[in-house]
Amino acid sequence: MSKQQPAQFINPETPGYVGFANLPNQVHRKSVKKGFEFTLMVVGESGLGKSTLINSLFLTDLYPERVIPGAAEKIERTVQIEASTVEIEERGVKLRLTVVDTPGYGDAINCRDCFKTIISYIDEQFERYLHDESGLNRRHIVDNRVHCCFYFISPFGHGLKPLDVAFMKAIHNKVNIVPVIAKADTLTLKERERLKKRILDEIEEHNIKIYHLPDAESDEDEDFKEQTRLLKASIPFSVVGSNQLIEAKGKKVRGRLYPWGVVEVENPEHNDFLKLRTMLITHMQDLQEVTQDLHYENFRSERLKRGGRKVENEDMNKDQILLEKEAELRRMQEMIARMQAQMQLQLQGGDGDGGAHGQLA
Amino acid sequence: MSKGQSGLGKSTLVNTLFKSQVSRKASSWNREEKIPKTVEIKAIGHVIEEGGVKMKLTVIDTPGFGDQINNENCWEPIEKYINEQYEKFLKEEVNIARKKRIPDTRVHCCLYFISPTGHSLRPLDLEFMKHLSKVVNIVPVIAKADTMTLEEKSEFKQRVRKELEVNGIEFYPQKEFDEDLEDKTENDKIRQESMPFAVVGSDKEYQVNGKRVLGRKTPWGIIEVENLNHCEFALLRDFVIRTHLQDLKEVTHNIHYETYRAKRLNDNGGLPPGEGLLGTVLPPVPATPCPTAE
Repeated sequence: MSKQQPAQFINPETPGYVGFANLPNQVHRKSVKKGFEFTLMVVGESGLGKSTLINSLFLTDLYPERVIPGAAEKIERTVQIEASTVEIEERGVKLRLTVVDTPGYGDAINCRDCFKTIISYIDEQFERYLHDESGLNRRHIVDNRVHCCFYFISPFGHGLKPLDVAFMKAIHNKVNIVPVIAKADTLTLKERERLKKRILDEIEEHNIKIYHLPDAESDEDEDFKEQTRLLKASIPFSVVGSNQLIEAKGKKVRGRLYPWGVVEVENPEHNDFLKLRTMLITHMQDLQEVTQDLHYENFRSERLKRGGRKVENEDMNKDQILLEKEAELRRMQEMIARMQAQMQLQLQGGDGDGGAHGQLA
Repeated sequence: MSKGQSGLGKSTLVNTLFKSQVSRKASSWNREEKIPKTVEIKAIGHVIEEGGVKMKLTVIDTPGFGDQINNENCWEPIEKYINEQYEKFLKEEVNIARKKRIPDTRVHCCLYFISPTGHSLRPLDLEFMKHLSKVVNIVPVIAKADTMTLEEKSEFKQRVRKELEVNGIEFYPQKEFDEDLEDKTENDKIRQESMPFAVVGSDKEYQVNGKRVLGRKTPWGIIEVENLNHCEFALLRDFVIRTHLQDLKEVTHNIHYETYRAKRLNDNGGLPPGEGLLGTVLPPVPATPCPTAE
């Protein structure tokens, strides 16, 4: 390595230094050029402040022309999936953010089928990725898989509702769930602590697998370790969202103005908004990795186990199998009937031709 | 009777209204207490006294309402309960040897708690109120109003009022029962401006400006329950207790009960219940409101 010394290649001063320590910078440069993609799904009942929170988190306006339907219209509506993509850039780094909203979730009087639409959407994205990955041209695979799901829990209850539990159990093996307590300014600090504890207890009781922040590596600095510890202790995050600038203590802050005071969105003593944003940003990469390595691989192995045939609709398949079985049954029954008839004839034939025939006639 | 999904502060509000522990608080819920599978009806009676005036107050709570995944017909147990009370009263009334004062267990007022989503009513709220406004006085109340800023509050109230009107839901005070012009103007004002009342309840006291007030303490300020700038609790209390308490009872007796009675007698062929063939008691009317009885 140190033999050749062409003019432009300088031997670094430090002995034993090859130079591949520069690799992360190369990766960094390439990633920045490529840009990042992230898909975030938000699920929760109407009116919990989901859209406001997303707008606050990313400081954009994802829903410029929004029409909120009245209750009578909501009665007939089913859950819909609305994906909006926005490209945001910060200091030269591009992020293609897709937010998948689920209006209609939890609205109906009977919410039994609420999450079918959502689950089939998630599966569809996995399916599409699997298809692309197995295809011939793999250069431009667009990753639309859902990397993270913010599940909004209502602060008005005493913990998780049956619908919350059922939904989380249905998707915890498909997507990273981050539970979030919405509209946290409804709660006093004590109520907040109580609710958080209650939710964590219920999550454990029902064996729901939420997204766990990875522990800080031992070689990270103390600040980062402390930050990770704080973040882990605050799950589920209780947040307040707002896009309005209010004047408070001489400066303009984003918050909500009440007759009794101002709730500042970015004040860590008021709510966990900053913690949520920090978690999302610092762990965006990890969320994507877990989606790829755990949820996607689960899906893939299930899919491939089911065989090469395209199972479009499991119900339809079951129906087909049922029909086939019924046809087989019928054939068997016909055969039995024929055999019985034959046996009858044989018996009567053996008994005595005259008598039997006489009776039959 | 107080209705609404769990956690909307019903028990706290009722305690605050009557300044005494008349409602078992759900914060005494510990881990073992699950959300009930069906709607339960829990009635607790108290005798409270003020200024020499005694009142027997019965608070009926309905835990489990609207909490399930499938909430279809969750109002049926409640309708059944209300009709059962009417039936009890009716039976006493038609007795040959009547008691001087018939014990009145009928529901005089139903406080319906609306969740402060800020958007609109939920389909469940609409369905419930549609069914029950015909059998009981419903006073809609926006719970946990400290969630909303002043603009959000007035917008939400307007939207709720409009939705109730569009869907033909008559909440108390009903327009058709205004007796004279004075009542009408007063009630109109309440109907169009203040209702539904946006309330905050609390049973904890804090020191504000030298006085002890009921309120909620948050890192950004203290929400005073009886401060009209903060919430409309005082309006609700005055409305239900100080001015319209007697009217609530009268409307229940003269209108809702009479409707029920007429329906029962009609179905029975004009005979009071209990006088069927062979002296058998005929079964009570099923719990769906008769469309003709209005």
